[in-house]
Amino acid sequence: MPLLDRNGNAADRWTRSEGAAIGNIPAALVRWEVLAEALDAQEPEQVIGVLIPNSVAFAELASFLPRLALVAIAFPAYADGRGFSLARQIRRAGFAGEIRASGPLVADQFAYALSCGFDTIELPEASAARQPVEQWLHARDAFSHTYQRGYRAAGRNILDRRRAARAAAPAAGR
Amino acid sequence: MYRYDEFDERFVRERVAQFTDQVARRLDGSLTEDEFKPLRLKNGVYLQLHAYMLRIAIPYGTLNSRQLRQLALIGEKYDRGYGHFTTRQNLQFNWPKLRDVPEILGLLADVEMHCIQTSGNCIRNVTADHFAGVARDEIEDPRPTAELIRQWSSAHPEFSYLPRKFKIAVTGAEADRAVIKAHDIGLRLRRHPDTHETCYEISVGGGLGRTPMIGKVVRDYLPKQDLLAYLEAIMRVYNLEGRRDNKYKARVKILVHEIGAEEFTRRVEAEFALLDGPSINADPEEVARIAAYFAPPRYDVLPAVSNTLEAAKASNPAFARWVEVNTTPHKIPGYTALTISLKPQGQAPGDATSEQMRAVADLAERYSFDELRVTHAQNLVLPHVRQRDLYVIWQQLGEAGLATANVGLVTDIISCPGLDYCALATARSIPIAQAIQSRFADEARQREIGPLGIKISGCINACGHHHVGHIGILGLEKRGIESYQITLGGDATENAAIGEILGPGLAAEEVPDAIERIVGVYLAARSEGESFIDNVRRIGLAPFKAAFQETARAAA
Repeated sequence: MPLLDRNGNAADRWTRSEGAAIGNIPAALVRWEVLAEALDAQEPEQVIGVLIPNSVAFAELASFLPRLALVAIAFPAYADGRGFSLARQIRRAGFAGEIRASGPLVADQFAYALSCGFDTIELPEASAARQPVEQWLHARDAFSHTYQRGYRAAGRNILDRRRAARAAAPAAGR
Repeated sequence: MYRYDEFDERFVRERVAQFTDQVARRLDGSLTEDEFKPLRLKNGVYLQLHAYMLRIAIPYGTLNSRQLRQLALIGEKYDRGYGHFTTRQNLQFNWPKLRDVPEILGLLADVEMHCIQTSGNCIRNVTADHFAGVARDEIEDPRPTAELIRQWSSAHPEFSYLPRKFKIAVTGAEADRAVIKAHDIGLRLRRHPDTHETCYEISVGGGLGRTPMIGKVVRDYLPKQDLLAYLEAIMRVYNLEGRRDNKYKARVKILVHEIGAEEFTRRVEAEFALLDGPSINADPEEVARIAAYFAPPRYDVLPAVSNTLEAAKASNPAFARWVEVNTTPHKIPGYTALTISLKPQGQAPGDATSEQMRAVADLAERYSFDELRVTHAQNLVLPHVRQRDLYVIWQQLGEAGLATANVGLVTDIISCPGLDYCALATARSIPIAQAIQSRFADEARQREIGPLGIKISGCINACGHHHVGHIGILGLEKRGIESYQITLGGDATENAAIGEILGPGLAAEEVPDAIERIVGVYLAARSEGESFIDNVRRIGLAPFKAAFQETARAAA
């Protein structure tokens, strides 16, 4: 399926594996139900990723994170925003691997997804066909600055910019 | 009043460009209709019964004359010369064309206004006490908090695709005029008994709709600086755990109800404990920057009682009655907060023509430090009026058809647009309001009855707040016929309560009789100075039910 990262079209190095038998697939993306089993079979040079439903509680996932290189969060519908919070929780736990949103997102969600900690968006063919990559890049930059602090928008946070302006201004000008 | 800085200005312009682009992508097929719908809703564009409806945000109900004049212009140019003020302190236009919407958004941006998040499953426009900064019982002005939340909630990356809509209201006074207990989050500024610092009391899980609930307090005293982190914790718990399997069970009130307020609080507090407050919250200087915009205007030093006003009252009884009913004491001597009723006889509650908007804008500019408020009761307020100017204002309002003396009385009815406009409605609302107004048209009788809040919704979604009306009227459809359910004892204030159903549904034409009988019970049973709602609380529902049954029987 088509994959996007922050800069546009991206190559997917991950191979989906339906069951737990991941053999010698170098980067194996497995289902949540078989994750424990797949990890048991992991070879030293092999990396493992998991596709989780967005109903999985972070607490259930947490103990697996140190052994994962990818967490793909399913978006069953684009308006189901649980994945945004889940990504935030995963990043907060210090996860440095890839976080992927997998489902029929719309371009207008690109900036939100990146802000919440996602690296990539994996789209169904039909969504990608209707929404060319230019639309995603355009939508990514719809807002030059945003109001929420703590959402991966370095240099683009309005409150921080105001604070910087105050610090730079002479005291009499405040 | 808050003024946009360069960042706010750019943000709103970029939002207009984004929406314009979204419309273009819908038209060229990049977006399907299903994909486009949530996007247009997040910008206040509804598809209604007859046309598109555009809902414009009036954050915490505060406006200046320039903004109101712009709304008047938009009403004239793109609609039918009027607008409708809503129970969420917003303004709706019922007849704009979709192709005109980007242009309207541009005109709004010119006066620091927008339609951001006036609909959709996101954090909606924040509401507040319409007497903010003015009320004598105020501990702290709620508007700086509301503005901070407006900014924080705008295009929130994590909380723009919630299970359902999410409404936040703020009050800083002892009396609750913002109906905070009927909101998803209700904030009340209060002083900590030991430290005397102002803190927030936070309620979660209030709401009306088909499952009315009164909000539960989850925090008694939250330090002010922790506000945004605490809101983030609440929103994250809700976003992750709120139900998405059934839209009628998706509001946070259902989650709070299903897991219990205690467990909900525990989860929020656990999430809050994990958050790094300083990296999320607005710094105190930012809060102070916003608050400075709401500094009191330069009031004149005036005597507490205006001789000019007293003389005018003495010589003109109609004026005296209007002053008595439509003004609220102001914290500054010699001033008053004036409510302009948008409930004259025979009009749709909350409607104002473009001409009326201009008349009110002129008065605000000249007599109220250029400031106006929209109330959740669908009226307008000139918040800082010199008592001595009231007579001139009254005369000018009279010329504009806006001098109705009924604020808080039986004819000051809250009503949703109902079946005349709304695609969701199951019954008409406005004609019911008009029929009751006409039954109680006698102003002397209205004053004799005293404060009485009737609220009408044309469907179970309860936009007319009928659950918290002293008398609530809910319009339903039964076998193709409109049927009106009457509730009694609701309360939208700090004593928030959900009304109870009196009996079987009535036909539209029976409603005024039923109200008449209910009022009759009160008038006969009240003690000296006892208001309608106090009387209902004291004597209970039984006598009212009995009288109501007679209406139902007479009709049968």
